[in-house]
Amino acid sequence: MTEQRALLEVNELVKHYAVRGGILRRQVGTVHAVDGVSFSLGAGETLGLVGESGCGKSTVARTVLRLVEPTSGAIKLDGEDIAPLSKTALRPYRRSMQIVFQDPFASLNPRMTAGDIVGEPLTVHGLAAGKKKQERVAELFQQVGLRADQMKNFPHQFSGGQRQRICIARALSLGPRLIVCDEPVSALDVSIQAQVINLLIDLQRKQNFSYLFIAHDLAVVAHISHRVAVMYLGRIVEIADKHALFANPRHPYTQALLASVPIANPKAKRLAPMIDGDVPSPINPPSGCAFHTRCRFAIDRCKTERPALKETGPGHQVACWLNDGTGRNE
Amino acid sequence: MATINFDAELRRAGANATSGWGRFTFLAQRHVLGTVGLIIMLLFVLTAVFADLICRYDPLSVDSAHRLAAPSTLHWFGTDSFGRDVWSRIIHGARISLAVGIGSTALGASLGVIVGLASGYLSGWVDLVFQRVTDILQSLPLLVLALVMTAALGPSLPNVILAIAIPLIPTVARVIRANTLALREQPFVEAAKSIGMSEMRIALRHVLPNTIAPLIVLATAQLGSTILTEASLSFLGLGIPEPYPSWGRMLSESAAEYVRVAPWLVIFPGIAISLAVFGTNLFGDALRDILDPRQRG
Amino acid sequence: MSEALATETVLDVKNLQTVFFTNSGLFRAVDDVSFSVRRGETLAIVGESGCGKSVSALSIMRLVPDPPGRIVGGSVMLEGTDLLMLDDATMRDIRGNRISMIFQEPMTSLNPVMRIGDQIIEAVRLHQKVSNKEAWKQAVDMLRLVRIPEPERRAQEYPHQLSGGMRQRAMIAMALACRPALLIADEPTTALDVTIQAQILALIVDLQKRLGTGLILITHDLGVVAQTAQRVIVMYAGKKVEEATVEALFETPLHPYTRGLMASIPAVPSPDAKADVRLVEIPGMVPSLTKLPPGCAFAPRCKLAVDRCRQAYPPLEEARPNHWAACWRAGETVEAS
Repeated sequence: MTEQRALLEVNELVKHYAVRGGILRRQVGTVHAVDGVSFSLGAGETLGLVGESGCGKSTVARTVLRLVEPTSGAIKLDGEDIAPLSKTALRPYRRSMQIVFQDPFASLNPRMTAGDIVGEPLTVHGLAAGKKKQERVAELFQQVGLRADQMKNFPHQFSGGQRQRICIARALSLGPRLIVCDEPVSALDVSIQAQVINLLIDLQRKQNFSYLFIAHDLAVVAHISHRVAVMYLGRIVEIADKHALFANPRHPYTQALLASVPIANPKAKRLAPMIDGDVPSPINPPSGCAFHTRCRFAIDRCKTERPALKETGPGHQVACWLNDGTGRNE
Repeated sequence: MATINFDAELRRAGANATSGWGRFTFLAQRHVLGTVGLIIMLLFVLTAVFADLICRYDPLSVDSAHRLAAPSTLHWFGTDSFGRDVWSRIIHGARISLAVGIGSTALGASLGVIVGLASGYLSGWVDLVFQRVTDILQSLPLLVLALVMTAALGPSLPNVILAIAIPLIPTVARVIRANTLALREQPFVEAAKSIGMSEMRIALRHVLPNTIAPLIVLATAQLGSTILTEASLSFLGLGIPEPYPSWGRMLSESAAEYVRVAPWLVIFPGIAISLAVFGTNLFGDALRDILDPRQRG
Repeated sequence: MSEALATETVLDVKNLQTVFFTNSGLFRAVDDVSFSVRRGETLAIVGESGCGKSVSALSIMRLVPDPPGRIVGGSVMLEGTDLLMLDDATMRDIRGNRISMIFQEPMTSLNPVMRIGDQIIEAVRLHQKVSNKEAWKQAVDMLRLVRIPEPERRAQEYPHQLSGGMRQRAMIAMALACRPALLIADEPTTALDVTIQAQILALIVDLQKRLGTGLILITHDLGVVAQTAQRVIVMYAGKKVEEATVEALFETPLHPYTRGLMASIPAVPSPDAKADVRLVEIPGMVPSLTKLPPGCAFAPRCKLAVDRCRQAYPPLEEARPNHWAACWRAGETVEAS
């Protein structure tokens, strides 16, 4: 996949929010939601984006789709930078990138039928109307494992898993090349999660689009992704092929994250938390490496200088001073 | 341990509430007062529609031979100082009350929706201006505002409707704006944006339909107060002009002079006003509980 | 822990039945469920949304909202007393004192306008006759016990000043303040990040061992179960479908639903795993409790289902020593494994 030109290339993406306070609503601080994130995504590839709440993974997702305006940085879709485009100029690009949200209950308009929801993008972009539209919607329903006769039902008549299927059908309707999945299965029951993950994998195999897959559940991300990026406080701290990442995590945060996942095997008991404390506030993130406040390997340099992502193996990049070739935390 | 009769509980829980009618009877049993309100409102509407059939005399015809006649089989509610039949005038008064009530509520609600939607959806300076204007409007009492307006416009049916509708706008706009602000953050609106929909389409297709339930609740609740305002305006002589029968004017004509000699002139229009307002309020409360439980309280 | 303590039963629930009346009909949220918890033991109740695990907990606490819910049968013996027979005042004395509960969302379970210390004091003074000063000291001690740094200062703070993990620690401190015999934790870490989850789970397990509290852990996460519980019950559509020790359950799950659940969770990959392999999925969806099929509720989703499964609900039987399952074909799966 690396030999092809990347479908999506994100360069030094930054999103800062102003924190206002007082009577005069003056800016009293800045939330560093996304603080210089770069990655690329090939066609037919899935990049997983993991991290804990507040690490900025959802902001990255929304900024890539320009649902949130980036503060700076480039978002190249097929080589074209869409970050500076006006809303009107952006519209044709919307067809190429779609999103599936976490909450399948809130992401469907309760006053519209499932068929109308899935068909609406076709109307908006003038792609199909009348009978042709109905046929296309029926086809989309069938693709995501729903029956065509369910088109006239309203969202509340569907279960959580089925609603997520409707969301996926809506995303597919425009024939996108990139689908951003923002925690698409975390609101679903365990037995339904597997159905939706399988559906996403099957669809990708057939239609070869790319996923930017955001989740806090490492196992889910690991399952669906080809490559995984780990985020901490607005920055990517490690990015690698998923096998390399899970077999040989190099950043202390990735190691802690992996060690914290409870394994569904009572013989592998290991309830010893790897890191203490909480994620610091993104309003005034720690200097240097943002993780140094919780890192057991931190050295003086970590407190003052911010480590950049560096290649430590083929396609394996880590932002840690201890991993700049010295391999000291092995 | 208490045991229960499953079949009875099942029925109580609305097991038969699947069809439209079954659902209606189920809700009606749960909200008895609301059903009473609905019946009063239906009677009110039917009276207004079939006023010509129900009334026994021409409400405008003067009969100087029977001035201030007490209620009898001939004149159920008696006659007023011109000898006009009070029953017939109350029946026809329902028409005026209903026309003003529905007319001004509909007008006020539509304008309020436009203001609220624009204010909530566009935000920025539009919102700021609309907000300050509604603040000013809301700081004036509904009645005083309507009084000033009718005094300026002159008493006539359309003017009364307009005068009562305008003070309604801020109340409706507030609710719609709050709803719009909440809806704007909903993922389905974000999804609509990611599809590439225009802001106008999002506002009209995705935001507006989801504010209908609170709007209906609010409008029903306001219906009673518009009827009351019309009565008050007419009572003060600024409402519906003579000789048309308006409940408020009927009260004002008779209250001062004849209340001692002909109390029916005060009692029956008074009951009519109270009943209409009471009915709409009961129904409005039940509707709020059913459609929008969050607004309860 | 001495042998006598370890075998002492704290809670014994027998044939618990809780029903709900809703707009769409009546359903049995908890249908004939029995289980027991011993001192210092962790019992996990696993299942998906609507399986009745949370309602079971609320039934034990007698906190089922009535209407629409009602406990209609069974007994809940806590240290020899049937809680279902108690009057409301006596029950209030027991809540927070002999049984405590911690919930999923630590922000909404704490009063936002009360200092953390005061909230713990309130819990303590409700059940113990101690001076305010003494209670404050206890509160600070509890915060220290749950490893909140600078407990003296934190006791003075309000919930919004604490992080999610800290709040859940404060909730645990409050729940354990009166040294209850039984602690019920309803999805205590679901709202938390994994690294914080690991901290909180380690804390709960450690405190429970030290204090000898019986623990009911309600969760949908089999990983959490495997790492914390000694015994597990699996619930599906209001019924208990399987019960076993944690080792036996993960070694040889007997009920097809349990097997399905275990197969459907993606595991953190081993180095040799292939990319994008399909997961084993359980077809269909969790049935609506108001429209349960006759026979086994899982039959419509079960690959092993035979006619008998669709006609009669299977009894809960001890298919192996100390391992119960409600499945007509559990015996065959034992032989097959």
